[in-house]
Amino acid sequence: MEIWRLPISASQRGKLISAGYTSLSSLSSISSSDLARELNVSESEAMNILKVASHSRGSETSNASCSIVEGAQSAWDMLHDEESLMHITTSSADLDNILGGGIHCKEVTEIGGVPGIGKTQLGIQIAVNVQIPNDFGGLGGNSIYIDTEGSFMVERAFQIAEACIEDMSEYNRFLRKDFQECKIKMQPQDILENIFYFRICSYTEQIALINYLDKFLSENKDVKVIVVDSVTFHFRQDFDDMALRTRVLSGMALKLMNLAKRFSLAVVLLNQVTTKHTEASFQLALALGDSWSHTCTNRIVLYWNGNERYAYIDKSPSLRSASAAYSVTARGIRNSSSSCKRIKMM
Amino acid sequence: MANKLISEIPLPKSIANVFSARNISTAKDALTLTEFELMELLDVGLTEVRSALSQISEIVAPPYQTALSLMEQRFQNEHLGGHFPTGLKGLDAALCGGIPFGVLTELIGPAGIGKTQFCLKLSLLASLPTNYGGLDGRVIYIDVESKFSSRRLLEIGLRSFPEIFQMKEMAQEMAGRILVLRPTSLAEFTQSLEQIKVSLLQKQVKMLVIDSMAALVSGEHEQGARRQQTLSWHISFIKSLAEFSRIPVVVTNQVRSRNHEDASRYSFQVQSRDGAIGTTMQYDSHLVAALGIQWAHAVTTRLVLEAKSGERFIKVAKSPISPPLAFPFHITSSGISLLSDDGKEVMGPEINAIHCQGHNEIINFGMEGLH
Repeated sequence: MEIWRLPISASQRGKLISAGYTSLSSLSSISSSDLARELNVSESEAMNILKVASHSRGSETSNASCSIVEGAQSAWDMLHDEESLMHITTSSADLDNILGGGIHCKEVTEIGGVPGIGKTQLGIQIAVNVQIPNDFGGLGGNSIYIDTEGSFMVERAFQIAEACIEDMSEYNRFLRKDFQECKIKMQPQDILENIFYFRICSYTEQIALINYLDKFLSENKDVKVIVVDSVTFHFRQDFDDMALRTRVLSGMALKLMNLAKRFSLAVVLLNQVTTKHTEASFQLALALGDSWSHTCTNRIVLYWNGNERYAYIDKSPSLRSASAAYSVTARGIRNSSSSCKRIKMM
Repeated sequence: MANKLISEIPLPKSIANVFSARNISTAKDALTLTEFELMELLDVGLTEVRSALSQISEIVAPPYQTALSLMEQRFQNEHLGGHFPTGLKGLDAALCGGIPFGVLTELIGPAGIGKTQFCLKLSLLASLPTNYGGLDGRVIYIDVESKFSSRRLLEIGLRSFPEIFQMKEMAQEMAGRILVLRPTSLAEFTQSLEQIKVSLLQKQVKMLVIDSMAALVSGEHEQGARRQQTLSWHISFIKSLAEFSRIPVVVTNQVRSRNHEDASRYSFQVQSRDGAIGTTMQYDSHLVAALGIQWAHAVTTRLVLEAKSGERFIKVAKSPISPPLAFPFHITSSGISLLSDDGKEVMGPEINAIHCQGHNEIINFGMEGLH
């Protein structure tokens, strides 16, 4: 009964309702002369009512479809949102290419692979790269690193942060040769200061932390990525009741998706690998089962192909399946050295 | 933290009473139920359930630390920023100082390659005072296969640090710091672990060595996946022990022949032709690590000891901080030492391969006992 909200006199409102106009949309297509006849009022009064109604509706035009389903957003509006989404670079141009620019914000990306392939390295690289300032095409945000296995090495994070800053200075020198004041004032310590590190020792703590992140993120709005390394570890150990595990995991995934959407950040979940018996042979597959494989928006598998490390887009609503080679260097994740293309500047 | 009692959490009285009436006494019980289940069980509204859950979560969730404060803390409080130098210069340089504290480091290789020798050397080093590069503390050595030889230990000591070990009292003091446990079954091992956790800090234990993890499990008659299940508890227990006490934990693992259950490719690789490049190379190595892929994920650093054309190499196969480098080594009377401090970079499938070509000791393919 939106008519109640209109700033018109009670008698006018009463006349509108008795004539059958209860919602603003019903007033959208009528002309003032027809309305005047229906309500038995003067044409100027009718015009006034229509003006007020369209004014109220004007403040809601972006939610035009609201009147159909509460809270829905039209695909057209979403297109604008999707196009203005920021991506977090992985520091490997080839990898960024198949990812459509980098790790997407507002989405949950799962990255899995065999031990030693570079999952933690990629996680740390993302936690550092999210801090690249806006001037250099980054998000300038902070990161949360949730470590369930103790694989986060601070020295490595320092190395990667240092290399990232050096790359930025290189870029600076390349492009802005005349502006001396564009010197990078960032230090690796500053980058480390913006990585919020949580160490989880059981799945209960994992659930509790993800619940608590709601409050934490409202107080720390600069956080733009949450990396969970790895989401699997505690769920492989203690569960006898698989149904419970599936329930808990899907609840967790939903909460993370919710956090990603509400706070416009990226969620990166690192997963382990297990062997799966399919048809006649044993194959590698990401851990946590089939139901978990449905919960993440994007899924990337890191694997060995000959002598190279490759990343394969296993599942994504907007990216096509593709693989790209990358390498883990002393400076972090970079393009594979055998690729002949020149490394694209950020 | 997970077993925190609901009664200890400051919740509004009404809901706290309902929780206890329904037998939900720990935070773990409350958090594993979904909101709907709690609503139904406790017969309260959604808002109350939500606010109770968020209070419980806030208390149970661990506090955060910035990576910077973590680094500063480690460098201030710990020996060399949390690393234990092995005395092998090339290896220490690659590992940014040495074996990291607080995480599992695995030594894996075929029989007779030198894993136990390496463990003996490390135990000795850890017992030494800090000015000799040691941790000045006790070492707990869990010797499953009865391979610990104190005579050999003292020989290594005498050759490497003659100034200490020539004096009988000093030798006694150092050797006295190495405590050897010999569990005969998995159950005994479990018990010992629990005892160790309790007395770790009081007894000034600075390193834990488990030689070998695989032998413990091979004693139990279970196959494949069930065996991994058996070890899951131990894996997370040992990891949490390492974590909270911030000591280096060295574990040895064995090798076994590859069998049909060992998968090496994903479903998308099988379908596409690209996968074909890697397959022929991968099957060159017929030896794989015992204990499976779950264990491989749980260790932070994996050092592979292998033999290729009569030479022995120690290879950093998995490390968050080092590239995959292989160093040639040999075993002498003073323990294990590197022939060259410059590691050779290893690529692709070679990183995880375990070779035993030209190795003097015979590798039995009758190592079924291990699998």
